Amino acid sequence: MIEVDHLRKNFNDVEAVRGVSFEVAPGEVFGFLGPNGAGKTTTINMLCTLAKPTSGRALVAGHDVVKERDAVRRNIGLVFQDPTLDGYLTAEQNLRLHAELYGVAAALVPGRMRQMLEMVGLWERRDSAVMTFSGGMRRRLEIARGLMHSPRVLFLDEPTIGLDPQTRSSIWSYIRTLRETEEITIFMTTHYMDEAEYCDRIAIMDQGEIVALDSPQTLKASVGADRVRIETDDNEAAIQALREHFGVEARVAEGAVMFAVPGGEEFVPRLFADLDVPIRAVSVARPSLDDVFMKYTGTTIRDAEQSSAQARNRVAMQMFAGGRR
Amino acid sequence: MTTTTASADVIRVSVPPRSFRSELRAMKIVWRREMIRFFNDRMRIATALVQPLLFLFVLGSGLQRLSSAGTHGVDLKTFIYPGVLCISVMFTAMFSAASIVWDREFGFLREMMVAPVRRSSIVIGKALGGATVASFQGVIMICLAGTVHVPYDPVLIIGILAIQALLAFSITSFGLMVAVRIKQMQSFMGVMQMIVMPMFFISGALFPLAGLPAWLAVLNRVDPLTYAVDPMRRLVFSHLDISPAARHALDPGLTWGSWHVPALLEVAMVALLGLALLSIAIWEFSTTE
Repeated sequence: MIEVDHLRKNFNDVEAVRGVSFEVAPGEVFGFLGPNGAGKTTTINMLCTLAKPTSGRALVAGHDVVKERDAVRRNIGLVFQDPTLDGYLTAEQNLRLHAELYGVAAALVPGRMRQMLEMVGLWERRDSAVMTFSGGMRRRLEIARGLMHSPRVLFLDEPTIGLDPQTRSSIWSYIRTLRETEEITIFMTTHYMDEAEYCDRIAIMDQGEIVALDSPQTLKASVGADRVRIETDDNEAAIQALREHFGVEARVAEGAVMFAVPGGEEFVPRLFADLDVPIRAVSVARPSLDDVFMKYTGTTIRDAEQSSAQARNRVAMQMFAGGRR
Repeated sequence: MTTTTASADVIRVSVPPRSFRSELRAMKIVWRREMIRFFNDRMRIATALVQPLLFLFVLGSGLQRLSSAGTHGVDLKTFIYPGVLCISVMFTAMFSAASIVWDREFGFLREMMVAPVRRSSIVIGKALGGATVASFQGVIMICLAGTVHVPYDPVLIIGILAIQALLAFSITSFGLMVAVRIKQMQSFMGVMQMIVMPMFFISGALFPLAGLPAWLAVLNRVDPLTYAVDPMRRLVFSHLDISPAARHALDPGLTWGSWHVPALLEVAMVALLGLALLSIAIWEFSTTE
């Protein structure tokens, strides 16, 4: 449904996207994961025909994003990071306007509109002006609007950013509903690790490049072992016993003994049976996408965001200083 | 909130390939949006009326006391009425064009930019929407004709409407051309004030064109608004019953050197200018990413 081949985008000297390649199968929920400034939005903009690639090629729903811009646009729905609703119009007027712009057959508009508004739970509020809506309601309405013309690919750029947990989970329930009811491929970006788990496959993007691409399960498995944390009365003795009995290298962190083993849950009973040091508490953590991100980029997503924000600030400062000279 | 509809019940629609009809539909919905927003916004209708009313009744009545000799017995309000008809649509049209700057600030422009329609359809829809809104404002001014001794003649009213619509269209196109480039509302308003106020003062909306100082006469001939105000005045004065001396002093008609420019040519110039500005706006709009 989406084929991307060495797609690249430069803004003046800055390489925002450095030649990414991937494919998305029909019906897939595909996630783009990465810190702010990794190039996710730039990539999505190129796929949506909103930005021209510097080089490379991309096909969406079988059409080239540069040469067949209109054909691509007819087949995609978009939900942007920033709101794009007309607050002075009602929810219904916003959807109707969209249907007219996309040339949807007039006879089908009322039925489709009702289904979409019901899906996002806004049917009762259809006659209210959008400016009276909360942030979560607006985002839900944007999703309904993006679906008005039955797109084959729905692009969601950070669909849950800045929303309360309840709205976030209802947005995920719409996405699950959509997979069942519509023949639709979903391409989304997020920087919430926990949300990436809902995707069939995710691509991890860092500094304009895809550093890993696979299903969340496989990616997590690639990080390997579970992490076990035990609290004991004698940490040094525990570490030595672990080395002697199990061949496991452990270390002390935050006052507890930490180590990594494959199949952590099966390991714990053996631990209790064979370790002669008394254990006060134990916890086992499966690798998360945070760990995956850490493995492939060498930094946590939060740290990556901070450093890219700092880099942006530096650029801005230089531009400011340059402008004053 | 998950729907119970089975997948067979989902209404699936399709987006047809681009056609002339779909472009017309896009134009129409952009136009309709301007209508909905204008008629929802009573405040805007009311405030847009204040300025022309001030000019007509306050300035007209006030200055009358100074100029009764110069107007040959014609009420000053009657004299400036054609000019006020022009400025009333002018300011409204300017505000309509500003909506594209708002649309950008509130993100809605993006929704229209990614639609599978030509950018020109969106710009034309906007221009026609702005022109319609401004013409509606003009209708309110036409209703006031009786208060300034101008007769309600059907031919006159249709003529006024036509010139107003044309002027509104040209000003909206001009505004759109400026608005595509300017990203912030404050700058847009600043630029428009800087351009529109001088255009308005120089156009002769408030003074007759005869016997101006040479520098002002030259500026006046360059000002595009002159070519809307002059035919409007000729049209209104042709329906007034006044002395030949007054007509000669107040409605001398526009000349280039010694050549009297025909009213139809003036109107055609306004129309052509509007189309040219609209083309530039479309071109600018189509080349932005």
